[in-house]
Amino acid sequence: MAKTYLGTPRSFAEAAHDALKDTQMRANLARATGTIRAKRLSVVAEVSDWEELRQTGHDIKMSTLAHLDEHLVRFESEFVKAGGTVHWAKTAKEATDIVVKIAQVHGVSEVVKVKSLTTDEIGLNEALSSVGIVAQETDLAELIVQLADEHPSHILVPAIHKNRTQIRNLFVANLPEAPVGLSDEPRELAMVARAHLRKKFLSATMAVSGANFAVAETGTLVVVESEGNGRMCLTLPDVLVSVVGIEKIVPLWRDLEVFLQLLPRSSTGERMNPYTSFWTGDADDGPSERHVILLDNGRVQTLRDEVGREALACIRCSACMNVCPVYERTGGHAYGSVYPGPIGAIITPQLLGPGQADSLPFASTLCGACLDVCPVKIDIPNILVHLRARAVETKGITSELLLMRVMARILRDGNSLQHAQRLLSWNYALINALSRLGFLKHLPGPSKGWLASRDIPLLPRKSARLARKGDSR
Amino acid sequence: MQAPTGCDLDGFHMTSVAIFATCFNDTLYPKTIAATVILLRKLGYKPEIPQSQGCCGQMHINTGYPKLAIPMVENFVSSFVGYDYVVSPSASCVGSVRHQHAQVASASGVNSLVDAVNELAPRVLDISEFLIDVVGVEDVGAVFAHKVTYHTTCHSLRAIQVGDRPLRLLKAVRNIEYVPLENSDSCCGFGGTFSVKNSEVSSAMMVDKIDAAVRTGAQWLVSGDNSCLMHLGGGLSRRGSSIKTAHLVEILAGTLV
Repeated sequence: MAKTYLGTPRSFAEAAHDALKDTQMRANLARATGTIRAKRLSVVAEVSDWEELRQTGHDIKMSTLAHLDEHLVRFESEFVKAGGTVHWAKTAKEATDIVVKIAQVHGVSEVVKVKSLTTDEIGLNEALSSVGIVAQETDLAELIVQLADEHPSHILVPAIHKNRTQIRNLFVANLPEAPVGLSDEPRELAMVARAHLRKKFLSATMAVSGANFAVAETGTLVVVESEGNGRMCLTLPDVLVSVVGIEKIVPLWRDLEVFLQLLPRSSTGERMNPYTSFWTGDADDGPSERHVILLDNGRVQTLRDEVGREALACIRCSACMNVCPVYERTGGHAYGSVYPGPIGAIITPQLLGPGQADSLPFASTLCGACLDVCPVKIDIPNILVHLRARAVETKGITSELLLMRVMARILRDGNSLQHAQRLLSWNYALINALSRLGFLKHLPGPSKGWLASRDIPLLPRKSARLARKGDSR
Repeated sequence: MQAPTGCDLDGFHMTSVAIFATCFNDTLYPKTIAATVILLRKLGYKPEIPQSQGCCGQMHINTGYPKLAIPMVENFVSSFVGYDYVVSPSASCVGSVRHQHAQVASASGVNSLVDAVNELAPRVLDISEFLIDVVGVEDVGAVFAHKVTYHTTCHSLRAIQVGDRPLRLLKAVRNIEYVPLENSDSCCGFGGTFSVKNSEVSSAMMVDKIDAAVRTGAQWLVSGDNSCLMHLGGGLSRRGSSIKTAHLVEILAGTLV
């Protein structure tokens, strides 16, 4: 398994080929995303100014990104003023080194973790494990995925690809708290995880989290969650380290009013999530030592791209993957990244840089369902198209480029199109005969995949323009 | 039929209308172009089909070759610039003109092209928009005594937001039996070159769409874009299904045999 999980050399089409065979997973996914979609629709419909909220969320994020340097420095000074320590990490390696060092200074052998995509992105668990420190996931679904030695397949519902029987078997095999005769009833399963995790919360001296938002004005970090495991991690251990992507900044405390409405309704389909934790630092209870690691890891290069930077507005709600017809068929693992689905297809290649994860921007029909639900109105289809052009440029001269040049020459005006149509017209009877006889079901080359499940249409005797020319003679 | 304001001596509207045939429909589905002409003439318009028109460039833009689309955008503008309305039976190509041409033009660095695109693009309409918004008609007088279901194409719904216009036109057809398609607004899986590059995912989406169509018991699967229908029709044909596909315009024009 790769150390970090941000893009694999396998193309999306190859990974999807395997994923599509897993009919159980497709059924699980269709049911789960269908349920979340319906919940989202109903709670969004309750908000009369939803469209204004989306626009405001978009505007706040985009204007923050335009002055990100100033906001980051403001955040740093406020966080430090409140008694915390700020670290800056350019790469995943720098970030994991900082966490490892803090853990070693405190002689910690196990850390408890709040569900965090950013720590998955930098491969933190693997980095800790390589120096003998156990990273214990405490979000139920993250725990399940960790026990299965897998990666999350969805950013909000990491174990969406697993059903409860599979979860029961994992618990029986791995958790000493699992009683004899454990059933696959959700409540029984939850109680086993709870008994297991309570011990971890009480014994851990260090916690690692991410953050949903970092407020520059007050130096406050915010974690939004459902299970309360986050609250346990954020309050019980002595040392708290938060790994935060630099795009998570919002300038003002009052900006949270917008995002705390947008996020839960878009992600879990709830009006309000059960637990929202804010910490600013100086307090009598809670961790006595608080660190934040502000992470670049490709975000600055993403920011340089005038079109692509909009992807950094993402608040990780997962609404786009819940409506994505491609994600629904392949699941998250096919994307080979901690960020799957439409948002992953635009974030991952940008974080990694040109030439990496190049097949992801093509893993979309450009149907636009993602843009419709995005709470911060990221024009995902537009960025996908933009990144396709970047991927093409990186590849240089390919057979596809040559084909596209020929096609461009044919299609660019009426005359050249007519010449090509005449060529088809001369041969239409032959082509149709071959088609009817089934000879066109197994052609080599790029059409092979198309023809595997589809017949090509019968050609008309004449194109529209040739037919009209004939009429006028 | 229409108020005879601004008519020529033959009673046709003075409003000049060009048909943006789209290279795809021109080449593979001339019957849809013919139906568009018949329908518009029936409604009192005298549409022209500029012979200089080629492709809008959508395939090149969406496959990552926007620079190759620059001459196509230039040709599009010069072919259609003089008309009051440019009407097309492809919401997808209309979407490309309205949302992507400005970007291509701006990447070309030619300011006059940007201005020309911005001036022209808003007048480029899907046929359902033209019928409902410009002509102001829902019942075009068509008759079609068959059971049909309708696939809402992604670009009609989300790129140019035609809303329920196509369905209003379809439901107004006399003697038609319309059955809704389950998850009508979810993508059929075509996606242009997606259907080649990710053919297996594309197929999986198609299978779900075809299954839904079969469950309706309809004889006809109707849509507003022949590209989706080529993909779905190709799958139906491979399966040996008796369901036939038709463009909405062919039903409205009464040209289906």
